[in-house]
Amino acid sequence: MAGESNGAAGFGSSIRRREDPELITGRAKYTDDLQLAGMVYCTILRSDYAHAGINSIDTSEAEALDGVLGVYTAKDIEASGVPGGVPVGWLLPGLKTPEHYMLAKDTTRYVGDGVAIVVAEDQYTAHDALELIYVDYEPRDGVADPKKATADGAPLVHDDAPNNIAFDWEIGDKESTDAAFANAAHVASLDIVNNRLIPNAMEPRAALADYNNITGELVLYMTTQNPHIHRLLMSLASLGLPEHKIRVIAPEVGGGFGSKIHHYADEAIASWASMQVGRPVKWTATRTETYITDAHGRDHVTHGEMAIDADGRFIGLRVDTYAAMGAYLSTFAPAVPTYLYGTLMSGEYDLPAIYCHVYGVFTHTVPVDAYRGAGRPEATFIVERLVDEAARVTGLDPAEIRRRNFISPDAFPYQTQVALAYDSGNYIGALDKALEAIGYDDFRKEQAAAREQGKYLGLGLSTYIEACGLAPSAVVGSLGAQAGQWESAVVRVHATGKVTVYSGCSGHGQGHETTFAQIVASALGVPYDDIDVVEGDTGSMPHGWGTYGSRSAATGGSAIASAAEKVVDKARTIAAHLLEAAEEDIEFEDGNFFVKGSPDQSQSLPDVALQAYLAHNLPKGIEPALEATSFYDPANFVYPFGTHIAIVEVCSQTGNVTLQRYLAVDDVGNVINPMIVDGQVHGGIAQGIGQSLYETAVYDEGANLLSGTMLDYAVPKAHFMPSFETDRTVTPCPHNPLGVKGVGEAGSIASPAAVVNAVVDALSPFGVTHIDMPVTSEKVWNAMK
Amino acid sequence: MFPSKFDYHRPSSVQEAVQILSDNPDAKVLAGGHSLIPVMKLRLATPSALIDIGRIDALKGISRANGSLRIGACVTYNEIANSGVVQDAAPLLAEAAGQIGDRQVRYRGTIGGNLSHADPASDLPAAALALGATLHVSGPNGSRSVSASEFFVDLMMTSLQADEILTEVEISAASAGTGSAYVKFEHPASGYALCGAAAVVTRGAGGSCTGASLCFNGVSATAVSANGVAASLVGSDLSDGAIESAVSNLSIPDAAGDMFASAGYRQELAKAIGAQALRTARDRA
Repeated sequence: MAGESNGAAGFGSSIRRREDPELITGRAKYTDDLQLAGMVYCTILRSDYAHAGINSIDTSEAEALDGVLGVYTAKDIEASGVPGGVPVGWLLPGLKTPEHYMLAKDTTRYVGDGVAIVVAEDQYTAHDALELIYVDYEPRDGVADPKKATADGAPLVHDDAPNNIAFDWEIGDKESTDAAFANAAHVASLDIVNNRLIPNAMEPRAALADYNNITGELVLYMTTQNPHIHRLLMSLASLGLPEHKIRVIAPEVGGGFGSKIHHYADEAIASWASMQVGRPVKWTATRTETYITDAHGRDHVTHGEMAIDADGRFIGLRVDTYAAMGAYLSTFAPAVPTYLYGTLMSGEYDLPAIYCHVYGVFTHTVPVDAYRGAGRPEATFIVERLVDEAARVTGLDPAEIRRRNFISPDAFPYQTQVALAYDSGNYIGALDKALEAIGYDDFRKEQAAAREQGKYLGLGLSTYIEACGLAPSAVVGSLGAQAGQWESAVVRVHATGKVTVYSGCSGHGQGHETTFAQIVASALGVPYDDIDVVEGDTGSMPHGWGTYGSRSAATGGSAIASAAEKVVDKARTIAAHLLEAAEEDIEFEDGNFFVKGSPDQSQSLPDVALQAYLAHNLPKGIEPALEATSFYDPANFVYPFGTHIAIVEVCSQTGNVTLQRYLAVDDVGNVINPMIVDGQVHGGIAQGIGQSLYETAVYDEGANLLSGTMLDYAVPKAHFMPSFETDRTVTPCPHNPLGVKGVGEAGSIASPAAVVNAVVDALSPFGVTHIDMPVTSEKVWNAMK
Repeated sequence: MFPSKFDYHRPSSVQEAVQILSDNPDAKVLAGGHSLIPVMKLRLATPSALIDIGRIDALKGISRANGSLRIGACVTYNEIANSGVVQDAAPLLAEAAGQIGDRQVRYRGTIGGNLSHADPASDLPAAALALGATLHVSGPNGSRSVSASEFFVDLMMTSLQADEILTEVEISAASAGTGSAYVKFEHPASGYALCGAAAVVTRGAGGSCTGASLCFNGVSATAVSANGVAASLVGSDLSDGAIESAVSNLSIPDAAGDMFASAGYRQELAKAIGAQALRTARDRA
């Protein structure tokens, strides 16, 4: 089925997103748009101090304000008897898991840590009351830099985590890697800071909690990428309500980039507040709050080295990283700089020895967790920067040294030295296609001529691999996940032949309503317009694990494909009965069942569906109705790959970097909707360009966030971007029914290295070998001095 | 983002606005609101009242008479950028106004609000300085005029008294042989000027420079004039070499840095951007 185009809107068609008309015209309903009768508002007082003791909190003036229904602190949550926890969902050996309570009890640990709650009749009063709460703080020293935080004597975030070390993790073989370095003809070595990023989803996080104190049921509308995970953690760790008494609904969700995966205190606080006041309670983050509460991304300090033999072949890679965790362990934080990072260190290369060591470090900052790419951009950046540095120290061309070291197309499946088994790939194919499209040889001539004129052009390659669609569940569990990573689907054919598809994924901008319907259109031969897709409601569908990690097509799409296959199997049995033929003689084509060789006598899928519902004449042993459920647990990760190329010009007068061209050749397997895939690639590249040139969360020495607004934190703008050139190679995933991989994160994984490699290439006449991100004009200008 | 409580006044004349302002010392004047409202939402500003002058017709016109361009305080950036009268009489102002913010900001933000707010990184102050603009203000004791060079006192501080309102900006229309340019190096986050250079040059009959001014936004606490550089160009042929040599001596007093760009780097940017503005102004003269 994969790759077939069944009708104009089936698998492989670039039809427009059916989501867009409502979104563009403002008709779509986001959490904050929802109004319930009797609804009140909740605000949260947050610590202005990176680190402080709380001596006392005086809430009396706030309580006395007209319109205030209640003011609460951690003591009130404790007194209510709920568990009150904000748990971590990925455990590593030796991981320190200090208590994370819904509000700070006696110590605040980052600017933004929740201290008190106001519930009021309207939003203005709720915000006014925050200013009437008086907290007697005892300020203490804070630390924000993950490497400095491990020094003896650094301020401790948690007393029970000496040197602020949350975990000490390694992967690979230290001995054989050290031996490779001892035998190396060349060593490339770099110190790299992977800059901390703030997610900036367009829609701030929000929750509308409606607790019914008669039935004991909580309906929670919230900005989530994974409503079932939130229901589970609300039940087990925060509220203590039975799981079946909680219904989590994701209305339209305006972007997440990972930030809406995690279970934060705030949505639990809104729910708890609704339980206190017996009315629906809404909490909506201000943009300022999103900056100091949404989990940040990246924030690594890394030393990396590549050992190279006399022929320019990589013989060893050694990486040592300090990865910030922030003040508390966010939901999947420990997985990000470990199993999503160390396991990617082989890149696209046949690397015989790898050793990666990571300290996860508590700092007095907003917690750090998965952000578009999650570990894989950090890994790709260090590997691809080292490959360019290896080219420099060996005198080889950056394309040539990659070619020499790629895993060969006939070497798959390929077992890396860092746990992953790559199932398929053709790295040279993507590189060659990209080099040809960019005109590599001509560029090198142009670059040389431009340098003569005092004009500095640079080209950067990033030949990346990513591992996404984490699976199978047993393996993910053995690595510490407190979650499964299979996915669910229900394909329900109604009596009239119309179809509703339920997925356990939870899109927030990806276009699932379109692409999942395309999968079913091709699988069932039903018109695309006759198929609806429903996601994001724990009350409507089987358990699912949500949308993140570029997993939805590979896991959720495959679940839908296998449910659709079950539907076809059942319909075939009924059709055979209706056609009075043996089941094995029945063919299925374009939505019609017919006896082999007699296509004119057929039963369409809607014909069969009607009979299945009437159940007047079904074969023996066949149940009425026509629907199927699938719980699909993939056999392996999927491994998209590709080559990205950036061409930059550096202004010798100001240091300003201008992107002249950006070209991406991605291999994401079979493509369900090329337009949507291009859109995902564009968005990912823009985010990676943001990281490489503009964005950075800046904390001062005392761990105060300096880049706390959009005036200082540079989310890239459209006019900073060149027109992206995208192309593809297609190496289908061999282990899922659609042959699809993932594409949501590819751009943000590949592009930072491409851009920085291009800048370093442009500055090579100045002897520059590395510049940390974001590559601001001042850093470049200083480098040219 | 929810501001504190405030009263709202909407006077229909300047006199009425001045009266309300005199009666409410904590009040702020609201024009386009694109600087004031954001700081109120962050509760960095908590005025007791807003005096909305946006409906006062007397503050809205653009006119040119007797060699003088007059722009009402409530004229928007968009109107300035696209006004044929402004493009002809003060093209520098139109060019700078067209580079402010984005389209939405340009449709709301006003020249009077901009200059009164005196954000040193905004685009209009340097243009007003370089054009030698005269600012007309009204207070309880009547009207007075202030030159742009005396108007900007310090970071977000002007010589406006607490009970005065800026009503009109007056600029002498450009004479023949004059060229100007506004060149901006944009802060990638805010879109404000990391360094913005406003240059005006006039060439005599023989092509040599008879007058020049060069002013900067974004480098220090106020928009500043680089008089020395401009003066050294008078009499020159305005060649690239002459411009390079003039800006090489540029040093802006009290240059300020932030987490994105240091003071020293801004000084260097000012040289590069200033030279670019002068070259473009020359080519247009």
